[in-house]
Amino acid sequence: MLLRTVFAGAAVLSVFAAMPAPAQQKSVKIGFVSTFSGPTAVIGNDMRNSFELALDHIGRKMGGLPVEVIYENDEQRPDVGRQKTEKLIQSDRVNFVVGYIWSNVLLASLKPVVDSQTFLISANAGPSQIAGELCSPFFFSTSWQNDQTPQAVGEYMNQKGVKSVYLIGPNYAAGKDMLTGVRATYKGKIVGEDLTQWPGQLDFSTELSKVRAAKPDAVFVFYPGAAGVQFLNQYAQSGLRGQIPLYTAFTIDSLSLPLQKDLALGVPGAQHWVNDLPNEANKKFVADFRAKHKAYPSFYGAQSYDAAMLVNSAVTAVKGNLDNKDGMRNEMRKANYASVRGPYRYGNNHFPIQNFYLQDVVKDKEGNLTLQTVATIVKDSQDQFHSRCPMKW
Amino acid sequence: MLLVLEQCLNGLQLGLLLFLVAAGLTLIFGIMDMVNLAHGSLYMIGAYFAATFVAWTGDFVLGAALAFGATLLVGMLLEVIAIRPLYGRDHLDHVLGTFGLVLFFNELVRIVWGPAGLRVPLPDWLNTSVQLLPGLSYPTYRIAIIVTALAVALLLYILVMRTRLGMLIRAGASNREMAGALGVNIKLLYTLVFGLGAALAGLAGLMQAPILTVQIGMGENVLILAFVIIIIGGIGSIRGAFVAAIMVGLIDTIGRAFLPDILRLVMTSRGAATVAPALSSMMIYLVMAIVLVVRPQGLFPVASK
Repeated sequence: MLLRTVFAGAAVLSVFAAMPAPAQQKSVKIGFVSTFSGPTAVIGNDMRNSFELALDHIGRKMGGLPVEVIYENDEQRPDVGRQKTEKLIQSDRVNFVVGYIWSNVLLASLKPVVDSQTFLISANAGPSQIAGELCSPFFFSTSWQNDQTPQAVGEYMNQKGVKSVYLIGPNYAAGKDMLTGVRATYKGKIVGEDLTQWPGQLDFSTELSKVRAAKPDAVFVFYPGAAGVQFLNQYAQSGLRGQIPLYTAFTIDSLSLPLQKDLALGVPGAQHWVNDLPNEANKKFVADFRAKHKAYPSFYGAQSYDAAMLVNSAVTAVKGNLDNKDGMRNEMRKANYASVRGPYRYGNNHFPIQNFYLQDVVKDKEGNLTLQTVATIVKDSQDQFHSRCPMKW
Repeated sequence: MLLVLEQCLNGLQLGLLLFLVAAGLTLIFGIMDMVNLAHGSLYMIGAYFAATFVAWTGDFVLGAALAFGATLLVGMLLEVIAIRPLYGRDHLDHVLGTFGLVLFFNELVRIVWGPAGLRVPLPDWLNTSVQLLPGLSYPTYRIAIIVTALAVALLLYILVMRTRLGMLIRAGASNREMAGALGVNIKLLYTLVFGLGAALAGLAGLMQAPILTVQIGMGENVLILAFVIIIIGGIGSIRGAFVAAIMVGLIDTIGRAFLPDILRLVMTSRGAATVAPALSSMMIYLVMAIVLVVRPQGLFPVASK
């Protein structure tokens, strides 16, 4: 008897779950997953500030519907990220899930989102798996595929005539992608590589000793967030700074610069967006962000700003009919909005085909350290995994 | 060969830092029978104090000395306010109470210093490397850490084994009631021991501050390693903590440095690069497990309780 009641209850519940959402919703619901606690909370905050700024710029309405955002903290942990994502899908019934700093968190969270046919817009992480075999019609990136930026750095090292390099990065999905990226384009000799325990290991004395012994022409490093500060610190303390030039990806940004200070001077990096890119959308974004938060936005923020604008373009194109998922997808594939990086296209796997720039650290008029564009390293770069993605359009 | 020597120095430096944290933990655990999870918070507080005082005085050594004193005071205050009510209660109550303190300190630091983290700049004379042997240069600051920590270890040994205060501490450790009955002020003794433990953790934190960024929750990783060390060394034994800490530091560093090359002999280069860091961070716990099986009381057990 009891069993039968339970089954009946379950049946009723499943009917409710299967019922289609009402044709016209009252609002656009967006779930935003990022890191809002711990040492990397500064990144999450910067993403939230930029996302909110984008919403302000569009009057907090998309296609005539008010926008509601639910922020969730993934604590930089894949298990927590997945749990929060499932909550957004199952109990909040969001129309879009946006965010994700960390590739390992995104990889853990992808399936529940795309299985429920909800759009996921990654505003940072770009693991190679999602560009390749795991690509999905419900996934879009407003950032890059992880390998693209280090590929640009590899290109730049070729241009500089670097003969040998030592690679160091953290041992997780993105770290492996970054080192693979350098290997794909760099033509010189790779004399050594180290993947360090992530995110626990913050003392790099062992690795720096190995670098000193290997005597490379240059060192390539990828350490996002606070770890980038620690690495530059220890690089200077070990006496390697000034002896062996450092090349970076995602290690020096406007969030880590206030801590890295002069240690970041003269250390080149590659980036698809720099705060001084001369397009109208970017000028407005950077100026309004600085007026509101008294600091430069980071690339994490720029990508989140773009994510809001991409979602806006999709919802506007279907005039707020959020059930028209094909319509929204077709619109997003055009990248038909004013991106702060300038115009770009989407590849078949929904990753951007875009330029990468060389960035350098300089002092602005008020004496603050900031990043500036020096040159274009590669034009219209497409990731190397798109051919493994079966999606065609 | 020089690389091996350099990596041993790295291991020694890591081990000595861990010893400072573990020494306080083992003193508090062994003498006061108190499980103190908030020990990592005191490490963090030491680092934050260092960041503040170094910026304030403009002098690294003076700032560090002030931070050391301030952490000592915080430790003694903490003992009087929050730890004292926990004596004589179950270990689970200690864990719950001091875990609450961890959350409290993390939030307090966020309110006072903000979420972004701080950097402690080194003075120029420490921010270089010196040549120890031809072909072997080593960061000056890490040498300074090794020298300071060794000096502190020696002082601690003299304090505990050669002074009247040390005698009282040892008496309190081996039989608390008897020591009390003989007129030793156990309350004051406990406050001093806790303050000393806090100051040692703070010293480790403030010395680590220029190498790492000062950030919220920085003590938690260190705390786990410190617990591993006091289990290997034997709870309550400073000598055990010293030997175990250097062992752990060397195993961790040597593992990270040479495991990839060793694994490369039997597997692909990429595979080795991925497996090695995971395996080397496991080795410490493996050693702990072996010690627990072979010698559950630790390598240098304290004679009696």
